[in-house]
Amino acid sequence: MSEQTLTLDDHDHHEHGPAKGFLRWVFTTNHKDIGTMYLIFSLVMFLIGGMMAFVIRAELFQPGMQLVDPGFFNQMTTMHGLIMVFGAVMPGFVGLANWQIPLMVGAPDMALPRMNNWSFWILPFAFTMLLSTLFMEGGAPGFGWTFYAPLSTTYAPPSVTFFIFAIHMMGISSIMGAMNIIVTLFNMRAPGMGLMQMPMFAWSWLITAFLLVAVMPVLAAVVTMMLMDIHFATSFFSAAGGGDPVLFQHIFWFFGHPEVYIMILPAFGVVSEIIPTFSRKKLFGYHSMVYALIAIALLSFVVWAHHMFTVGMPIGGQLFFMYATMLIAVPTGVKVFNWVATMFKGSLTFETPMLFAVAFVVLFTVGGFSGIMLAIAPVDFQYQDTYFVVAHFHYVLVPGAVFGIVAGVYYWLPKWTGKMYDESLGKMHFWLSFVGLNLTFFPMHFVGLAGMPRRIPDYALQFADFNMMASMGAFLFGTSQLVFVYLVIKTVRSGKEAAQVPWESAEGLEWTLPTPLPYHTFTTPPVIEHK
Amino acid sequence: MQRFLHQFCITLAFLIPSSVYAAWELNMPRGVTDTSNTVYDLHMLILWICVAIGVVVFGVMFWSIIYHRKSQGAKAAQFHESTTVEVIWTVIPFLILIGMAVPSTSVLIDMYDSSESDIDIQVTGYQCKWQYKYLNEDIDFFSTMTTPKVEIANEQEKNPNYLLEVDNELVVPINKKVRFLFTANDVIHAWWVPELAVKKDAIPGFINESWTRINEVGTYRGQCAELCGKDHGFMPIVVKAVTQADYDIWISEQKATAQAVAAAANQEWSIEDLVAKGETVYQKNCAGCHMVDGSGLPPAFPALNGNDVVLGDIEKHMDIMVNGVPGSAMAAYGKQLSAVELAAVITYKRNTWDNKTGEVISPADVKAYMSK
Ligand code: HEC
Ligand SMILES: [Cu+2]
Repeated sequence: MSEQTLTLDDHDHHEHGPAKGFLRWVFTTNHKDIGTMYLIFSLVMFLIGGMMAFVIRAELFQPGMQLVDPGFFNQMTTMHGLIMVFGAVMPGFVGLANWQIPLMVGAPDMALPRMNNWSFWILPFAFTMLLSTLFMEGGAPGFGWTFYAPLSTTYAPPSVTFFIFAIHMMGISSIMGAMNIIVTLFNMRAPGMGLMQMPMFAWSWLITAFLLVAVMPVLAAVVTMMLMDIHFATSFFSAAGGGDPVLFQHIFWFFGHPEVYIMILPAFGVVSEIIPTFSRKKLFGYHSMVYALIAIALLSFVVWAHHMFTVGMPIGGQLFFMYATMLIAVPTGVKVFNWVATMFKGSLTFETPMLFAVAFVVLFTVGGFSGIMLAIAPVDFQYQDTYFVVAHFHYVLVPGAVFGIVAGVYYWLPKWTGKMYDESLGKMHFWLSFVGLNLTFFPMHFVGLAGMPRRIPDYALQFADFNMMASMGAFLFGTSQLVFVYLVIKTVRSGKEAAQVPWESAEGLEWTLPTPLPYHTFTTPPVIEHK
Repeated sequence: MQRFLHQFCITLAFLIPSSVYAAWELNMPRGVTDTSNTVYDLHMLILWICVAIGVVVFGVMFWSIIYHRKSQGAKAAQFHESTTVEVIWTVIPFLILIGMAVPSTSVLIDMYDSSESDIDIQVTGYQCKWQYKYLNEDIDFFSTMTTPKVEIANEQEKNPNYLLEVDNELVVPINKKVRFLFTANDVIHAWWVPELAVKKDAIPGFINESWTRINEVGTYRGQCAELCGKDHGFMPIVVKAVTQADYDIWISEQKATAQAVAAAANQEWSIEDLVAKGETVYQKNCAGCHMVDGSGLPPAFPALNGNDVVLGDIEKHMDIMVNGVPGSAMAAYGKQLSAVELAAVITYKRNTWDNKTGEVISPADVKAYMSK
């Protein structure tokens, strides 16, 4: 496979730089270009989804309806969720994978470069379609990113059909991206690199890609069933026709729970690369890290109904899903302990990537703790569908997934661009984000426990103070992301030249490559020496 | 920017008074049932275990962050695995989890035992209201939010029970096992009262069970917890727990009212009375979708002003009111409204806005239609 790619490269193209102009980006099959496009796309979506969060937090700044009407508020929460999950976090990690996987395993490119181009280019169309629903008659979908039937079928606005097709397109893109990663990792590793010598980031993506291939078709199935219910008179989710609305939730969460890990496992991988570098010490427990990833992935298939503790399952089911969910804490704990053990007795420095990685470990663990609390079914009745849940998943997604992506970008940006970013701007970005997000999401634990349901546009007076605090935090967090945008532009435009290995003790094949990085790398595979 | 800051300060100053009601409530309420107390204790137990684990893990981490810095002259150690340590920190969490699972299981089993109830109440969720049906008493009513629109629109000061107040409360006696049977009429809702530690989904076409036994007299407030449409934030729940004696009085009052309603249907109604009553019925039940001025929100919710059905054939109009439009958001109001209310709202629609038919539909007409 890799041989073939190499020969083709040598005979067909004589120039080794990228094509010129806009068409370079349309036709490119280069993993670096595609990685860049994914990352820029993810950033744009992050900012759009962030503006929706602004609308939400502005409306919730004080009790009463002041800016938008309740229907539009629901459209904002729905779109915010969908865009952040499918538009910002997932493409962000695919972008990192595209850039890094070939560089880290010594491959010249992804295994299926044309498919790679296609999986990216589907996305802008899918999201244009999704966003266009905001301007349709009857408005955009307002049934939440979890789109429970029958609110999303019988009671949905006409735009739901466009939503369904947009989801289908995103699913196709994800499946193709995942297959590409699996094939690349299985076939194109440098000679001598066994699976157990793969960098942690590659491992985390291998597992994630398998999860994607397993569950994206399930998502496609559930939206297709919705489509049938809406347009072709079936009754999968309608009791009146012999169906069951709860069936929707089972299928959705059978996709949805692995999806949650799809959004966090690659971040585990990134952090497992960064912490050893800035601790100047090897990753503690490489093997148990890999086994923990596999265990988490397998368990993720048998815990879905913990999202549905209040639907009225029989007690046996309730207990099973409670125990299985609690079990996930074991491999997750192993990962956290291993990161801490890597730092322990290291020689630590705190450049921006490390700051984000350390914050990741701490705040992701906070989200893990609320996760254990949510796993306890009898107590979950009090938490379910409240702001406590909102706090929980934002802790694992913002300082979890998003910080993972951002940490990775800071870590590898010098290699990608050949330029060094401005360290003090980076630190400023970190501290503003850190304060902002804690101010936003920590108080949500309190209002949730005190009884505030999620997805409401207006709330009772006893929740006012913490909501105002959360809104102010959100404005701070949101605006401080502009520092990041500025930093990236500044680096590309006028950053100082970066060293080949910008970090003192970074290990891995990517650092053996020259800076600035040539357009094609590892056209001759590197040889891995066994120690 | 300056303008923004200026506005921001004004807003802040304006908000201070609202903080009078606002408590910095941090935690789950203990509640007023044995179950809610057990749940609270379990919640605190798990919380403290997590805090303890956090102190240890973050303790080690911050120790490293402080003492193992390169700038402190720290040299990196070489170790990078230890089977013993790794086994230990796999097994210990596992044991802690078993310690959590045992009490959780017993609490859950207790919560699931809804047998031997004293009172059975069927709770039905509708888009933006609840229906309570006392199965042993033949009492049946709707409970709708009463917070005025002007408070929501910030045109009037908000009362302390803002968004948590209803016209008809659910009344139950204390120290009696009350069993709830939850279902829904349109989409999924969830009935939640934190102080009873009861939350259960109300699912169209299915019935879920739960129960409570309240220890103290009082009024307990909750909300719908499952996104159910645009008015999801506006369907509160108010439970009034009273002594058995007060409960008996309430029951007899309810029965008397029911009789009065039945009698009203046999009365003669003037067009003015019907239109006046119809307006209240409309504002409460229909304005959410069809708007106060009957302009609707097309295409989702049709305008009723100048509408063909409203101005057209009476049979068709009654059919839509009584049976709804299956497969759409338009509910069957035959079950939700009394004959008088149906007659009133139909008459109102045919004689308001630009709709001036002068026709009167009497409660007797509605009853005749429904018995067909
Ligand atoms: C939850 C939203 C909702 C509420 C509340 C509601 N309706 Fe409707 N109504 C609808 C929808 C949607 C339709 C259109 C149904 C269809 O034809 O698909 C409709 C249709 C109608 C029609 C027929 C209009 C036509 O052009 O077909 C009438 C009459 C009507 N509603 C009256 C009422 C009255 C009176 C009330 C209050 C008692 C009410 N509705 C409450 C949503 C609602
Ligand atoms: Cu509801």
